[in-house]
Amino acid sequence: MSYALQDTATMLRRNLRHAQRYPALSLGALGMPVIMILLFGLVFGDTFAAGLGGAGGFDYLDFLTPGILLMSIASGTMSPAVAACTDMTEGIVSRFRTMAIFRPAFLTGHVLGNVILTIVSLALVVGFALLIGFRPNASFADWLLASGLLLVLTVALTWLAIALGLTSKTPEGASNVVLPISLLLPFLSTTFIPLESMPGGIRWFAEYQPFTPIIDTLRHLLIGTPMDNGDGWLALAWCLAIAVVGYFWAQKNYNKGTTV
Amino acid sequence: MSSAIDVRGLHKSYGDKAVLGGIDLHVAEGTIFSLLGPNGAGKTTVVHILSTLATADAGEIRVAGHDLHADPEAVRAAIGVTGQFSAVDGLLTGRENLIMMADLHHLGRREARRRAEELLAQFDLAEAGTRPAMTYSGGMRRRLDLAMTLVGSPRIIFLDEPTTGLDPRSRHTVWQLIRQLVADGVTVFLTTQYLEEADQLADRIAVLDVGRLVAQGTAEELKRLVPGGHIRLRFTSPEEFALAGRVLPTALPDNESLVLQLPNDGSVHSLRALLSRIDDASLEVDELTVHTPDLDDVFFAVTGQRTAHETEPQNEGASK
Repeated sequence: MSYALQDTATMLRRNLRHAQRYPALSLGALGMPVIMILLFGLVFGDTFAAGLGGAGGFDYLDFLTPGILLMSIASGTMSPAVAACTDMTEGIVSRFRTMAIFRPAFLTGHVLGNVILTIVSLALVVGFALLIGFRPNASFADWLLASGLLLVLTVALTWLAIALGLTSKTPEGASNVVLPISLLLPFLSTTFIPLESMPGGIRWFAEYQPFTPIIDTLRHLLIGTPMDNGDGWLALAWCLAIAVVGYFWAQKNYNKGTTV
Repeated sequence: MSSAIDVRGLHKSYGDKAVLGGIDLHVAEGTIFSLLGPNGAGKTTVVHILSTLATADAGEIRVAGHDLHADPEAVRAAIGVTGQFSAVDGLLTGRENLIMMADLHHLGRREARRRAEELLAQFDLAEAGTRPAMTYSGGMRRRLDLAMTLVGSPRIIFLDEPTTGLDPRSRHTVWQLIRQLVADGVTVFLTTQYLEEADQLADRIAVLDVGRLVAQGTAEELKRLVPGGHIRLRFTSPEEFALAGRVLPTALPDNESLVLQLPNDGSVHSLRALLSRIDDASLEVDELTVHTPDLDDVFFAVTGQRTAHETEPQNEGASK
């Protein structure tokens, strides 16, 4: 177990080298959220805001940015799922599994790699948002709390995405199986529009799905929107629940059929 | 001699399909053991179970002295595995692949580099070391694969069809590398569908057919299981040939090529008897050859089917 960090670092180096040699996946993961913030912030923003009759009294870009941060994390789950699945379809994972290395290193290497990539992506989104007029009124402590929440969510969703990727037989399958996380949950939440402006069924779904309390907590921290009591704890509870499920499920899938 | 691998009563089924139906294996330390069998016999399943990649349904298994079920981690620390399909990282260069293995064996930065360079040179990959492995030819990938298995200096090496799909030259290179390993005291567990490969390399051979071991022994012992050894005597003059036919009435004559074929088990005793009869009759024999049955005869005798030959298309590996 003393080699846990060392083996994770070795696997991380491998993944970073992959990202460098085959940058399409990582560049896609980095570029998409930036395009979203520019597209919805600059192009559709005014129309959305007009249609909504104002974003609950807030500037639409301020309202949008926390949602796009969440969306960056969500859409960033595609690449670790595909990468983990691709590895499984090749012989290299069989090699790792017959070696006396820290067993979860293969998984922790992928998780850490994606967490780093996502942090870069989030920094880019915040940077571009500030550039086009995002004006948060958060204190330093708010920023810390928001960053912490984003980090916990990233770790949680990455574990879940890797678990899902490991259940797929092909990399194409892996990219489909994470779609509910990477597309459905962010769109059917308060990422782009407030809850009040949604039609019945979707509103009900959006209200109870995990992303909504997380986005609401982020908005509260960054731009000071009002928040239901306990939303912060609910957001954290969702993150931890997703993390635990993802962590154990991923291990189970990785060790499936082998003698451990 | 102490044993590197000890297997008793190994059973494995996938669903209701029995893949291995009770297998016993004993591999002595520092020897090459070959599991021979056609596609689908269960060879890969045996390798997967012994290397902790798959679980056994039943059976006592000890690898490198460790109980596989009780302490798989200790087994993993003692073995190296080169599977049927390339286990190299295509996006990394040959050198990076080897250094990654060295890092996973915790050799330390300096030693990792030294070991990588040493193996690149030994496997004739020094020049290719800076290129991504995905650009390698099949033979180069197989060599890199083997080199990666050796980074941690394992005591027991599993090679699952190490030469399937290789051209004859690369095959001989791999054979050479395997012989060298055993010379250094490593135990090699090899699966193959090529009789020639088992015959060339293995100290002991076990023949696996639909999940059961149908024969086990040295190549010579296995060949003795099959009758049909003979001696061929070739003559240059028709007169000598005719005379020999009268001296050796049990011989089968081939009048066109002036060859006599005599049933013979190839033992010293029967050879001596034959030679003294030739001497007594003062026969002028141009050439004498002893033919023992080859492993293909053995395989046919014990399984009722022929195995793959080198001349057959070698694409079976890709279809599993």
